[in-house]
Amino acid sequence: MALLQIAEPGMSTEPHKHRLAVGIDLGTTNSLVASVRNGIAVCLPDESGRSMLPSVVRYHADGSVEVGQGALKAQATDPRNAIVSVKRFMGRGLKDVAHVETMPYDFEDGPGMLRLRTVQGVKSPVEVSAEILRELRMRAEASLGGALVGAVITVPAYFDDAQRQATKDAARLAGLDVLRLLNEPTAAAVAYGLDNAAEGVYAVYDLGGGTFDLSILKLSRGVFEVLSTNGDAALGGDDFDHRLFCAILERAAIAPPSLEDARRLQMKAREAKELLTSCEEAPVHLRLGSGELVDLVLTRDEFADMTRHLVQKTLTPVRKALRDAGLTPDEIKGVVMVGGATRMPHIQRAVAAFFGQEPLTNLDPDKVVALGAAMQANMLAGNRAEQDDWLLLDVIPLSLGLETMGGLVEKVVPRNSTLPIARAQEFTTFKDGQTAMAVHVVQGERELVADCRSLARFELRGIPPMVAGAARIRVSFQVDADGLLSVSAREMSSGVEASVLVKPSYGLSDDEIAEMLKSGVEHAGDDMMLRALREQQVEAERVIEATEQALAKDGHLLDAGERAAIDAAIEHLRTLRTGSDHRAIKTGIDAFARATDEFAARRMDNSIRSALAGHKVDELEL
Amino acid sequence: MSIDLKQDHFSLFGLPRRYALDETALEAAWHGLQSQVHPDRHAHLPDVDKRRAMQWATRVNEGFQTLKKPLARARYLLELAGVDVGAETNTAMSPEFLMEQMEWREAVEEARDAGEVEALEHLHMRLLRHARDVRGELARQLDTDHDYSQAADTVRRLMFIEKLQHEIDEALLALEG
Repeated sequence: MALLQIAEPGMSTEPHKHRLAVGIDLGTTNSLVASVRNGIAVCLPDESGRSMLPSVVRYHADGSVEVGQGALKAQATDPRNAIVSVKRFMGRGLKDVAHVETMPYDFEDGPGMLRLRTVQGVKSPVEVSAEILRELRMRAEASLGGALVGAVITVPAYFDDAQRQATKDAARLAGLDVLRLLNEPTAAAVAYGLDNAAEGVYAVYDLGGGTFDLSILKLSRGVFEVLSTNGDAALGGDDFDHRLFCAILERAAIAPPSLEDARRLQMKAREAKELLTSCEEAPVHLRLGSGELVDLVLTRDEFADMTRHLVQKTLTPVRKALRDAGLTPDEIKGVVMVGGATRMPHIQRAVAAFFGQEPLTNLDPDKVVALGAAMQANMLAGNRAEQDDWLLLDVIPLSLGLETMGGLVEKVVPRNSTLPIARAQEFTTFKDGQTAMAVHVVQGERELVADCRSLARFELRGIPPMVAGAARIRVSFQVDADGLLSVSAREMSSGVEASVLVKPSYGLSDDEIAEMLKSGVEHAGDDMMLRALREQQVEAERVIEATEQALAKDGHLLDAGERAAIDAAIEHLRTLRTGSDHRAIKTGIDAFARATDEFAARRMDNSIRSALAGHKVDELEL
Repeated sequence: MSIDLKQDHFSLFGLPRRYALDETALEAAWHGLQSQVHPDRHAHLPDVDKRRAMQWATRVNEGFQTLKKPLARARYLLELAGVDVGAETNTAMSPEFLMEQMEWREAVEEARDAGEVEALEHLHMRLLRHARDVRGELARQLDTDHDYSQAADTVRRLMFIEKLQHEIDEALLALEG
């Protein structure tokens, strides 16, 4: 059969123009990387053909790092250095994590985020996650045959700002350019919606290894609008394993197990859970290091009984999300099931009973998130024609607020607001001559600051001395499409711009990241300079190409002189690009951006005008 | 003609400046505008374009939220007409309205303290109907009579009602755990 090169409508017909972009599902238990090839999203397998990479990282005494199957196998023999389910620790302090007492790790509480002591020293969850992402990046680059322009990384919809920031930091550390952080249920909805040409209101029930999300989306003519989202960032399949593990301990009546034995029993518990999905009974048979024998049988009904409260716990966020969307269960057209844990029969029954319909299980619940992320990455990389694009309108999962007098929270951005969003709030001084003010930003739904997550503390200094109540301090929040917050503050009445001191109460400082990047690169045996050069060259290519496309489409917005200036700037950057100094290219790219700024502004105005007129730009040009 | 970020929401969405709203048209305009300005549409472009896209998308969402919610839309119309609703300062309400408010509030507190979910849900529904009637008045005052000072009064009444509705919802939430 002859192979014809057929391009999907809207896809670039020039293969060399295809930009390599991937979607990554960074899961609690397993992680996947997917990409769009020949117009179809596929998960990229490793050399042995497996697409799922166990999210396990093992630090060896000799300085090497192992990710995936090998590390997973070592968790019983080397539990302290083989880190599993690290996602549960992202952006979290020690007090936020459940069941720490049964975990085999050597924890250290850090500022905002816990750390793990390993044979290779103290590691932050961000560094551990970066190892997983780096492994997937290398797999993708080997499989696709080139450097990636970027990646879409999925996060639980209910992740707060600290957890999102930690994920983005991990990607940066792994050498990935993040095109977008995408909410897992939204990614699943994209994959489901595009594959089935779905229209209407859908719920996505996403029970992963460590997180639960419920999102309600309205799908209409290429627009995926998230109406509401709710969840529990510390509830997942792991909790079902843990329940089984506790049941085994109780039933077997053994002495408190060693770290190694505990880890082996946990693995047995997970196996039993998976077996109970298809079988009525699961035997647990294990000779412990202590010489004791565990030999018992668990039944499906027992399992359903002992985890009933966990299943019920997922239905509370479901009810809240429906109420926020102003909908009743019977107004939902379909329920998409996502995450390996939704294979459990008693979960499917509970969901079916709640919504009064059988959930949609025709998608692989392990892969759908990665596939949706890959489709989004392909679009964001600019591999599709504009008229075939879809639009995602996502929301912020948890309200943002400021601490006010008495430790109370004043909500500034309500949950389920469509992103991006900006809000400003004015405050005043309460003492005569007050020249500084502390601002505390929190996230959560509770009324007391102590019950919400602290995101950042600012100190606003240099307020001109005035009588109490005369100063007007305007604090502005901006949440971008990734759900990430930036805050700024200024004193309005005097026109004096006061200095803002941003001190994130979580995560890593830029210096820490830079330091880790350096050691990470050294450890990977990469040449940092070479990598930086390649990145800048790719970036230069990208802006040149984007500008040339813009010129082809909107060149008429420029007069001859302006056009000549931009053409010259392109030629100049092209020359710089062939050099070997990455800093010079970077400076060139910045200068190029300034040279094309006015053109970009005009194009944006033009596209808004045409949207108003009810036409798409491409229609106007016909 | 240049379009700028300060343009009023109604012209940005190509809708007539009035209270009565074609919701379908608003949503279609919202989707149309976001299709042009959303950061995802500019993800492969240089940073300067991405920043502009975020500003615009933020602006479009703000306009959509303001126009979509009846109370926010009414307040915005009054603001455009130069009428100060004076939510914080002007609390002079008619005695009848204040009496009515007190009765509502007492009923909510009673139901909440007694843990009566059904009674709260009933109050929720009654208040919804009441709010609809008040919005009807508001539509007439703004679009037909152009009586902005009366409308400002009605807006303040609606704000009370929304606050009460919020309290009922919170009470229901607390009872459900």
